[in-house]
Amino acid sequence: MTDGTASRYPGYNVLSKRDGPSWDEVTRQVIDRRLNVPREPRFLDPERFRTLKAVCGRILPQPPERPDVPLAAHVDAKLFDNALDGYRHADLPPLREAWLRGLAALDAEAHAAHGRAFADLAYRQQDTLLRRCEAGELSHPAWDGMPPASFFSQRVLADIVAAYYAHPSAWSEIGYGGPASPRGYVRMGANRRDPWEASEARPGRERTALKENRRVR
Amino acid sequence: MYADEPMRPRTMQGRAPDVFTRGGWIPMQLRSDGEEVDFVVIGTGAGGGPLTARLAEKGFSVVAFDAGPYFRPLEEFASDEASQSKLFWTDERIVDGANPLKMGANNSGKAVGGSTVHFAMVSLRFRPEWFRSRTLLGYGADWPLDWREMWTYYAQAEQDLSISGPLSYPWGPKRPRYPYRAHEVNAAGLLLAKGAEAMGYRWSPTPLATVSAPRGNSPPCVYRGFCRVGCSTNAKQSQLVTYIPRAVRAGAEIRDLAMVGRIEVDATGRATGVHYHRDGVWRFQRARNVVVAGYAIETPRLLLNSATDRFPDGLANSSGLVGRYLMTQSNQAVWGEMEEEVRWNKGPPSLALTEHWNYDDRKDFFGGYCWMGQGPLPIEWSSVLTGARGLWGEALRRQMENYNHQIGLKMVGEMLPHLDNRVTLSEEHDQYGLPIPRITYSWTDNDKALIDHGLAQMRTSLELVGARNIFLQKDDTNHLAGTARMGFSRETSVVDADCRSWDIPNLFVCDGSVFPTTGGVNPHLTITAIALRTADRIEALAKRGEL
Repeated sequence: MTDGTASRYPGYNVLSKRDGPSWDEVTRQVIDRRLNVPREPRFLDPERFRTLKAVCGRILPQPPERPDVPLAAHVDAKLFDNALDGYRHADLPPLREAWLRGLAALDAEAHAAHGRAFADLAYRQQDTLLRRCEAGELSHPAWDGMPPASFFSQRVLADIVAAYYAHPSAWSEIGYGGPASPRGYVRMGANRRDPWEASEARPGRERTALKENRRVR
Repeated sequence: MYADEPMRPRTMQGRAPDVFTRGGWIPMQLRSDGEEVDFVVIGTGAGGGPLTARLAEKGFSVVAFDAGPYFRPLEEFASDEASQSKLFWTDERIVDGANPLKMGANNSGKAVGGSTVHFAMVSLRFRPEWFRSRTLLGYGADWPLDWREMWTYYAQAEQDLSISGPLSYPWGPKRPRYPYRAHEVNAAGLLLAKGAEAMGYRWSPTPLATVSAPRGNSPPCVYRGFCRVGCSTNAKQSQLVTYIPRAVRAGAEIRDLAMVGRIEVDATGRATGVHYHRDGVWRFQRARNVVVAGYAIETPRLLLNSATDRFPDGLANSSGLVGRYLMTQSNQAVWGEMEEEVRWNKGPPSLALTEHWNYDDRKDFFGGYCWMGQGPLPIEWSSVLTGARGLWGEALRRQMENYNHQIGLKMVGEMLPHLDNRVTLSEEHDQYGLPIPRITYSWTDNDKALIDHGLAQMRTSLELVGARNIFLQKDDTNHLAGTARMGFSRETSVVDADCRSWDIPNLFVCDGSVFPTTGGVNPHLTITAIALRTADRIEALAKRGEL
């Protein structure tokens, strides 16, 4: 939920439609389960999970005015379920192995460069390491043949970002309508907003947007 | 059903799920494994679905297998991108080559109805010349099918699927009126139209397989925009709600969650049935004829994995072409931002298109392409921003906040068939103990020239409507074809015009794998039209005693 007038969609919360005609029973079940994802890791060990949390914090830093989306927990759930994507690049090991090796390698790189765990580095140092990973500039033996750039694009970015934009908090943040069955939408033209869509706080209409967003059901 | 509850087969007790009622059932005829049925069809998507229905309606006994579940959309399809990945083929596949393909959500379905359950419903006819592209246009390979005959099967497919389309379609030979009126074009589509007009090109509301008025138990589309993760209202005319119920009513059996791993061939070189994995055990279904309809990856995988001493390189493969000439379609995009609110997620994603460059040959490369309006949901959109622009951190979050102002154009472009783009079997094995397919793909120079042309054209279109912060997405591909091409001789193709394999007379292939070339439009309607024709041809062959 966003309440501050600094938000692009002040007061808009996609969950306010939960019991209205835009959500059906199966959608409520699916989203309820997502909101109640186990916060403790079920696949990763505590050390790897700590590294993952730090990585998530840099890939998608979250606003302070609302509870964080537990991104590391969602990635761990994907690993726990071994939820495959349906393909993998030939230079990458399977999903679980890629994450286990990649998180260990990021930590090994942090120790080699700064003498501390990745999670204990300053944000700036973490970002630098992640950028070097993205650019394929890391070469610690812990990568064991897995190209850091592929790990970054195919696993780090793909899995963490997908977890974030699967969450209602992210939908509210970007003004996305969210679930829409069975009601759907009516107004299809440009600058046409159905009353159950997010209202944007363009300069000069922040209060109107707030009022409209509070009426979204 | 919850995502982590393993599903059990639903059609084991002489009934199939009624897709139109919550918890409902319809009666379904069961066949025993020991009964030698007339046809086994492997796959229930755009090819297997209509073929199963038409063969059953003609009086043949048919058992159709699908590796995926038999869903009831009304109670099982959430309005949610992430959880609906249950519709995709997410078993492991290894991709390599210079331009590795994206699989999974991109182009593969694992459910009764196949990928038509989650496709974008775009229902276009080929340009007639594409059926003779080698002779008339100088590239690719000719099809052993005549476009005029295909025109009648396209019309039948459009009727069966109640395609909603424009009063008159701007390109190609005259075609009958679309059965249902075109959908209202959303803001994203109108911006495509405005750009096309500024360039002097015609545009059209896209013919779509989702109804614009009631049809039977299907209500009109409510423009919820989740088409590519499954339609929860049954407006979409997927195989699951059209040909599959028809097939069951006509006496076909649909076996859900049944993975076929091997086709058996006897000493005389005829197929005798299929080995399939269901409910934890391997079984064997006897059959007089076997049709493979698993699409361009699973079809060659099954044929290759069914190798015997007599056919050491796999079935139907005396030409050595099974798995070869794999084609995808270039699916590059240009994206930008508008001052106004577009809210592109409302309505089907591609409500308008231009086929200009499918019909204008004044270009210095082979093949054509169309482009369409876009409306990706947040996860898909974020993957564009991470993939094409490398955004993450605060930069990604800020860009995502422009979601309601984004527009985009995406091409569906013809990639040329190349011998070395192919499907092979890897050394790794999946949960059924079957070898995982390896998919190798590299673009040709012609493909790159076509992509560059399309990107420049789409960019101009966005510039002309005043879009800002325009960027190109250069790597995307979609749709598959090839790997069991049809042709004129056993040396140069896998199947003949009737989709019958040259090597094994009672083995057919009926899906997008039979395409010798892939054209510049989405393949679904052509696959369906070929399936309808194949059913008629099989009936004719049977009457003459040539089956």
